[in-house]
Amino acid sequence: MFESVLVANRGEIAVRVIRTCQRLGIKAVAVHSEADAGALHVRTADESVLLGPAPAAESYLDIDRVLEAAKVTGAQAVHPGYGFLAENAGFARRVQEAGLAWVGPAPEAIEAMGDKVAARNAMIAAGVPVAPGTEPLADADAAARAAAEIGYPVMVKAAAGGGGIGMAAVFDEDGLRAAFETARTRAERFFGSPRVFLERYLPAARHVEVQVLGLADGRVVALGERDCSVQRRHQKVAEESPSPGVTPGLRAAMLAAAVRAAEAVDYRGAGTVECLVPADSAAEEFFFLEMNTRLQVEHPVTELVTGVDLVEEQLRVAAGEPPVLDPDNLPQPRGHAIEMRVYAEDPKRFLPGPGRITRWEEPSGEGIRVDSGYTDGDTVTPFYDPLLAKLCVWAPDRPAALERAREAVAGFAVEGPKCNLPFFTELLSSPEFISGQYDTGLIGRMRS
Amino acid sequence: MADEIRAEMVANVWKIVVADGDTISDGDTVVILESMKMEIPVIAEVDGTVTVKVSEGDVVQEGDLIATIE
Repeated sequence: MFESVLVANRGEIAVRVIRTCQRLGIKAVAVHSEADAGALHVRTADESVLLGPAPAAESYLDIDRVLEAAKVTGAQAVHPGYGFLAENAGFARRVQEAGLAWVGPAPEAIEAMGDKVAARNAMIAAGVPVAPGTEPLADADAAARAAAEIGYPVMVKAAAGGGGIGMAAVFDEDGLRAAFETARTRAERFFGSPRVFLERYLPAARHVEVQVLGLADGRVVALGERDCSVQRRHQKVAEESPSPGVTPGLRAAMLAAAVRAAEAVDYRGAGTVECLVPADSAAEEFFFLEMNTRLQVEHPVTELVTGVDLVEEQLRVAAGEPPVLDPDNLPQPRGHAIEMRVYAEDPKRFLPGPGRITRWEEPSGEGIRVDSGYTDGDTVTPFYDPLLAKLCVWAPDRPAALERAREAVAGFAVEGPKCNLPFFTELLSSPEFISGQYDTGLIGRMRS
Repeated sequence: MADEIRAEMVANVWKIVVADGDTISDGDTVVILESMKMEIPVIAEVDGTVTVKVSEGDVVQEGDLIATIE
């Protein structure tokens, strides 16, 4: 195992990776921007290096500076977390060229899945179901012709995209033309590529994803699924495992397809295969959406039901070691877990609101896990995403998990920045959410 | 009496959509702020002639003046 790992990230995920490193006796090196000089991940790490000014482009996204930080601290491996450089194949390559271990899949696997159109085509070849869709389209006229063929509503997506940015569901040609131009502009700005394609939009669908782990010996295992259908602006707010909308038969089919998807790109390490499941279909269908070639924000719900430390498994794969879990006798999910993303945003319109934290009290107790990036006295700045902490609960079954979640939300106090905690009180009393029979339109219905 | 548009939150000024002296209408986008990886359009609530008080790349604090409309 490595003696020292550099964590190329910030906030809760950097803290979470650092904690596992330290539990394993590995020296954890943090990097940070000027705005994060006193941040929790810096205080938690064994050593830290300043990368540059607050804007991510001049700090967390500056590959030369991150590699220089690894060099001066003698780190042997780089863990990218999620976001920032985690799905940047060029960065993975530079890490390896510098003689360091990359805690993630090969750059070729990142590239194969990073382009959503290429990934769709690879999945079709691997026998994984995909929704009807197109290649990248040259202009709004071509998009209008393609949409007429697929049939409205359609989803407009950036080929190089992620995080919901540039995505829009459109219901007619006027909407399509406007969304196509907006998507091109945003895709160019955020991903450096204006290529946009269309996919059939399923108005009532669950977002269900499978956790996979590609082992050092080349085998791929699946560790159950997560339901991520509680979304605003196409971004997840709460997740649970197991999915209340997936039957044992559908689960088996999805897990097998996810393993095939990962095998198709010779996948190593932790990854997630995202799918859409039509909510009203008795056919038990699912469609491949994309593969995230990194640790996922919501990985704790999988850890809570399987008992697996996914970061430890990632590190072992990167070091060429066998996993802690037994691939021939995989841990069977036990009980029910829910994650709630505590964001610095208002609970009604979900608009962000940074600020200095004047009160921070976390709930604790049996079946409660809080992964935090901040604490009392820290300042939430406008430079990065609004995730403050992930409040996770586990209980023997879903009703007990819902009750534990209500108590945990009531026991979490955050003052200073805006905070969406009241939204979770609302969610946990929503009859639709409680029933388990919800889809990605849930928040829209709660707000109408 | 000029209508003042102020920042609702700490944010970076990403894009200025109008030019000083433009005649704009209720509902038009004046500037686009960015905070926490989210674009936040700032919308005019009256008709009039606009004067922008910020530059692209500025950081505005909650309550800072962004533009006036006369």
